[in-house]
Amino acid sequence: MQIPAPFDYVRATSVDNALELLARHGPESRVVAGGHSLLPMMKLRLSRPEWLIDINDLYELDFILRDGDKLRIGALTRHTTLLESDEIAALFPIVRDAEAVIADPIVRNRGTIGGSLCQADPAEDLSTVCDVLGAEAVIRGPAGERILAMADFHRGPYETAVGQDELLCELRFPVRPRSGSAYEKVERRVGDWAVGAAGASVTLAEDGTIADAAVGLTALGLDHTVAGAAELLRGRQPGEELFAEAARLAAAASDPVADQRGPIDYKRHLADELTRRVLRQACARAAQTQEG
Amino acid sequence: MQISMTVNGNEVTSDIEPRVLLVHYIREVLGLTGTHWGCDTSNCGTCVVLMDGQPVKSCTVLAAMAAGHDIRTVEGLASGGTLDPVQQGFMEEHGLQCGFCTPGMMLTARALLDKNPHPDTTEIRQAISGQICRCTGYATIVRSVQWAAAHPAGGDSDATAADVIDGTDTVIEDIPAQTQDTEVKA
Repeated sequence: MQIPAPFDYVRATSVDNALELLARHGPESRVVAGGHSLLPMMKLRLSRPEWLIDINDLYELDFILRDGDKLRIGALTRHTTLLESDEIAALFPIVRDAEAVIADPIVRNRGTIGGSLCQADPAEDLSTVCDVLGAEAVIRGPAGERILAMADFHRGPYETAVGQDELLCELRFPVRPRSGSAYEKVERRVGDWAVGAAGASVTLAEDGTIADAAVGLTALGLDHTVAGAAELLRGRQPGEELFAEAARLAAAASDPVADQRGPIDYKRHLADELTRRVLRQACARAAQTQEG
Repeated sequence: MQISMTVNGNEVTSDIEPRVLLVHYIREVLGLTGTHWGCDTSNCGTCVVLMDGQPVKSCTVLAAMAAGHDIRTVEGLASGGTLDPVQQGFMEEHGLQCGFCTPGMMLTARALLDKNPHPDTTEIRQAISGQICRCTGYATIVRSVQWAAAHPAGGDSDATAADVIDGTDTVIEDIPAQTQDTEVKA
C-alpha cells in the first residue's frame, strides 16, 4: 500500500493567500493542483513536503482568454479543458494534438497545464508545446509579477525558474496569422510516457515561404527548441527536402538515453521521422489558415 | 482534520489524517467497498469514482481534496431499486468476468453517456482507455455501454437492483450449469 508520509494540508482561497501560505510555511511546503505528478511521488516517499497547499479552489487561475494578439491560459486549466477547447484548436492545433495523447482521459480531468510545466518531467509534452509556440510564463511572488520566456522558465529536468515562494499563474501564447502547428508522439501504450515526441510551429509569409518556425523534442534529450532550425527554415519554400534537412538537424540535436523504451539509434530515428511529420502537418495547417 | 462531502447524495463528515487517499476513505471509513483499489499508481482505473460528475482516479486524489465536492460511487448507480442502464448493459452484454474493473468502467460509462448520449465505439474506447480489463478484451464492455446508450431508460431486463444487492442471482446451485448464461440474460 502506498501512503504519503504525514503532512499538514491547507486550501488556498486566492493567489495572494497561496503566496502568503508559501511564505509562511517555507521550503517544506508544496503547491498541489491536479496532484497526478506530486501525489505519486509522495506515495513513493520521493517527495515529503510538510505542508501541502491545495490551489484547486483558485478558479481565478482556470481560464482561456483571447486578449489582443495573445491567448492567455490560466495555470489551473485542466488538460480536458485544453483538449476540448475549439478556440485553442483553431489557433494552436498542436495543443489538441498533444493533449489527446497526454496520460489518459481520466487523469486529464485532474491534471493542469501549470502543474505539468512546473513538474518539468523531461517526457512531459506541454513543455515542448509551449517552447515551439513561443509562450511566456507569468509568475507571481512576494516581489510581484514577472514574465519569462520558456527558455528562461525551463532549468532542466524537474527544475524551473519558479521560486519556492512563487506561483506560476498563467501562460501567454502569441497569436500570429498564417500559422500552423503540430505534435506527434510515439508511446508504447495509452498513458505511458513518450518514447519520443516532436512538436513544430510554422508561420508563413504572404508568398508562402516560411517566415518563422520552431521545432522541439520531448523525451529525446533536448531541453529547448532545436537550435538552428529557425535559421534553416526561414525564407524557404515548405517541401519534403527542407523537412528532411530540418529533421537531420533535430536528430543531431537530440541526445536520447537508452532505456526500457528503446535504444539510442531508434530514438534518434524517431527525432528525425517525427520532425518531418510535424513540420509537414504544421505547414499544411498554416497554408489552410492562409486560405481561410 | 475534519472533512465533509456528499457521497451518493448523502452528506458525510469525518475526522481524518490529511494523507488519507480518497479510495481508502471511501472503502475503509465509509465502508463502501464497491470502489476497488488496484494498482495504486493511477494506471489501472479500477478506483474510478465520479467527482462532480467527472471520472477521477481515487487513488490519486486526497480525501481532503474531495471535501466539499459531490462524489458518486458504484453504490450510487442504482436508484430506488432500479439498476442504472449501464449496470443492465453490463449484464445484458456480459461486460464483466472477474468484476474487478467493473465499478470503474461503469462509472466512466455513466459519465460518458451523461455528456454524450450516443457515443460511437471509438468514443467509448477512448473514454475507457485509462482503465484496464484483463478478462473481456474490452469488446463486451464496449457493447455494454452501447446497450446502455440504446436503452437510456433501462428496461428489457428482468434484473433489479435487489437481485444484485441481495446476491440472489449468484446462488450457483439454483442454476443448472449449462443455462447459467441464459439465466443472467433472461
